[in-house]
Amino acid sequence: MNMNRRAFLKTAGAGLMASAFPVSLVKIAFGGDGPAQDFTFGYISDAHIQHIGGNAFVRNWDKGLIRAVREANLLTPQPDFFMFGGDLAQLGMKEELDHGLEIMSGLRGKVYYVIGEHDYYLDLGEYWQSKIGPLRYSFDHKGIHFVTLNSILTYDSWIHKKWGSPMDRMLAMARLDNPNGSPFMVGEEQLTWLKKDLEKVSRSTPVVVFSHSPIQKIFKPWNFWTQDAEKIQALLKPFEQATVIYGHVHQIEYNQIGNITFHAVMATAWPWPYPESYSQAASCLPKLTVHMNRADPFFERDATGWQFINVHNGKVGMHYQLPDNKNRTVVFNSKVGKPQDVDYQDYNSRIPPQTHF
Amino acid sequence: MRKSRKVFGVSFVVLMVSVLVAISFSIQAGEFTQEDLKRWDKEFMTVVMKGEKLFHSALGKNKVSCDQCHPNAANTHPETYPKFQQQIGRVVALFEMVNWCIQNPLEGDPLPPEDPKMTALLSYMTYERRGVPLAPGKH
Repeated sequence: MNMNRRAFLKTAGAGLMASAFPVSLVKIAFGGDGPAQDFTFGYISDAHIQHIGGNAFVRNWDKGLIRAVREANLLTPQPDFFMFGGDLAQLGMKEELDHGLEIMSGLRGKVYYVIGEHDYYLDLGEYWQSKIGPLRYSFDHKGIHFVTLNSILTYDSWIHKKWGSPMDRMLAMARLDNPNGSPFMVGEEQLTWLKKDLEKVSRSTPVVVFSHSPIQKIFKPWNFWTQDAEKIQALLKPFEQATVIYGHVHQIEYNQIGNITFHAVMATAWPWPYPESYSQAASCLPKLTVHMNRADPFFERDATGWQFINVHNGKVGMHYQLPDNKNRTVVFNSKVGKPQDVDYQDYNSRIPPQTHF
Repeated sequence: MRKSRKVFGVSFVVLMVSVLVAISFSIQAGEFTQEDLKRWDKEFMTVVMKGEKLFHSALGKNKVSCDQCHPNAANTHPETYPKFQQQIGRVVALFEMVNWCIQNPLEGDPLPPEDPKMTALLSYMTYERRGVPLAPGKH
């Protein structure tokens, strides 16, 4: 390769990256110093890699994850670590998990994984644990205590029903609107584990919980629901600052319950409607949430995305990266004690695409 | 004389057949019973359930099903059709949008509008949206 061609490729590549990735890493300053340090981590979730047959996977979902990984690698400075928020596979198949992990291996940095129901219900987490790691764990980083929960468990009686096959059980849980589904929960054993884990943490240490299900009760028909939400919230109540980051819902949601801030992350695969779009059941979507723009299905990646999260003084600032659309930023406003969208929280700032019905 | 007798004969037969037909049905047009209503509703709900099954199955070549993006057919907005479908650039009926989805995200072949499968899909989608006022043309 001659010098000219090499130089051309170098500058052309850089130029393409600069123009294709219009994100600047913004350091949000709220003023005041705290014991915890500022840092950033990336969050990619709900890839739903779906196997068709042989070597074929649904191209649409593959592209979503590939794009998120590519863009996340362009973050400058490099984030401290990445999270994967659950539902790497669509039907928990080895092929899907392997293909998803192959794409995720492109991420430059340490990746922690949260399990989703689509990953779990085929083999009850066996392959996940062998290839990825434990289903629940905690770690400390720069003054923050992080806990990852397996929050997509359900009643033992449902898990161990007389299913025709493990795939029957997986399909039953995979179907979001299954009238014969079963609500998510962490379960008593995990609650005991969580209580023990948090006992060692001082009340002034900010706690961040990673979960697939919302640790709230938002909409039961689609399992936007954690059955033992109140019990988990009670364990987080004694802390000065607590944040829950969850996947599963494939849409922008955020909430404040007492001292706990809740943030949903988007899916790289596809968006889900807001619960109010189903006219036959009542929705408890947090009133605080400013909806994401309605998805235009003619743009494959619309209403999908990934996020990077600033941690400042133990509080979380969510930066949603939306291909084909304007990015959204939701940060904790200490003056009002709640997370707020920096552009649209005021009712007068809302725009028509945020109207869902 | 012979021709008119033939005509009279044919008309008489037609008249007698119609009377017999009317008698055999033993109802008059416009009358239906509670039993009829139950029976017709059952027919409709059978098609709705067929539609529910189709909506939750792979209609194309890539195993993707409608409910993956539209749980309970939410966000399909049947009450707003026909409407100017901005992305297609003209006014369309709901079945055209269903076919767009089958062809694109589901990578399948479109269904003719009168296909029983299309009728079933539309029945299910509309049933899940029952009670919502019509709003044709709404974006």
